[in-house]
Amino acid sequence: MRAAIVDYNAGNLRSVETAVRRVGYEFQVVSRPESLKDADKLVFPGVGDAAAAMAVLERTGLAQALREYYSGGRPMLGICIGAQIVLDRSEENNASCLGLIPGVARRLPGGEGRKVPHIGWNQVRYRDDHWLFKGIPQDKSFYFVHSYYPDPAEPTARLCRTEYGVPFASGIERENLIAVQFHPEKSGEFGLRVLANFLAH
Amino acid sequence: MLEKRIVVCLDVRDGKTTKGVKFKGNVDIGDPVEMARRYYEDGVDELVFYDITASAERRGIMREVVERVAAEIFIPFCVGGGIGSVEDMRAMLLAGAEKVSVNTHAVLHPEIIDAGARVFGNQCIVLGVDALRDNEMPSGYRVVIHGGRTHTERDLLQWVLEAENRGAGEVVLNSIDADGTQDGYELTCTRMVSEAVNVPVVASGGAGTPEHLVAVLGEGKADAALIASMVHFGGYTVPQIKRALAAAGVPVREHVKP
Repeated sequence: MRAAIVDYNAGNLRSVETAVRRVGYEFQVVSRPESLKDADKLVFPGVGDAAAAMAVLERTGLAQALREYYSGGRPMLGICIGAQIVLDRSEENNASCLGLIPGVARRLPGGEGRKVPHIGWNQVRYRDDHWLFKGIPQDKSFYFVHSYYPDPAEPTARLCRTEYGVPFASGIERENLIAVQFHPEKSGEFGLRVLANFLAH
Repeated sequence: MLEKRIVVCLDVRDGKTTKGVKFKGNVDIGDPVEMARRYYEDGVDELVFYDITASAERRGIMREVVERVAAEIFIPFCVGGGIGSVEDMRAMLLAGAEKVSVNTHAVLHPEIIDAGARVFGNQCIVLGVDALRDNEMPSGYRVVIHGGRTHTERDLLQWVLEAENRGAGEVVLNSIDADGTQDGYELTCTRMVSEAVNVPVVASGGAGTPEHLVAVLGEGKADAALIASMVHFGGYTVPQIKRALAAAGVPVREHVKP
């Protein structure tokens, strides 16, 4: 298997790299569109601003390469901002996104005692028997750092749920694409298990 | 529900974990990587490493420590101490830290917060601040720097709000009055700051018993509690503290044995 981690200058990949290595997989870090053609499993991480991330992806041609990769039916895992920009658009600076999963990234409402960004460990309840969470009990905590959340149009795209003022889809999926709002690479042993499950699937 | 975080702090000098009381006299207490792994296995939610190495030329040692930690633990960790430029930040983030914290340097050159936040994002930039009780200041607390040795003319609350505005994504609030005493956190100060800012506040200084954490995470409204002595010297373990917090109704992450 040829696993690849996409580097598009949206934050630090180091922790994703060490986590993937830890669960026993070799990978390449790719930043050129043509390199995606050789990958048969893709991890698509990133933090920061959706509009800025999309601008880089469009300018470098990675946006088109990601769309083609997805159409090719090969497995793809988005992380954090990678779970927002796979949607049609984001409320963050009204960014137009990749459009791989119908839906919008919306701003967390915050409110009494709930600071935004949502930073820290929060529980994840996943759709029963989903392979991504194999070996992980329900309602375990994962590490989040974000101000926007994925709101997919179709209920079938909701893979798991977390509550922070509103219940939101902390993971989404469509066909060969899985995307999680939390950081599996920073979520301890259960986070590593999510990465291992994706890479082994 | 978002859980309250337990953060263990390791002061690192010349590559060894050290612990001092009120910034006077330090004793080496172990290898930071070994200790980090033990706390990770014990279910700590986050770690902070402060580089208190005196000489700039020995800073490379800290980068190696951070790289080794990053290869072994898979929870967020922050590095502070001696960070005086965007390049220093980049070195620590590339070595594998999730966040960097600035304290004295940010007071002297506040624009480092803006610069760091612009390049790496607010979530990477932590403001460390040392507060000293002082009734002459508007908020009742004065900002002190150089580990408490130098008084500034800055008011705590004004400074924290300015730093948030400049792009600090989290505040580690250390009470100089309480630091190293193990008599409990400064609750009034913590609550005041936590209610004033919209970024998470990590309470620091004074932890001695699990009840102190219950108080600062409840009454003190902190989002996270930083501890050091109470776990380094074997008085308590992280699972013990978490059990006590859970029993008191504080939402904490269950212990997960790797």
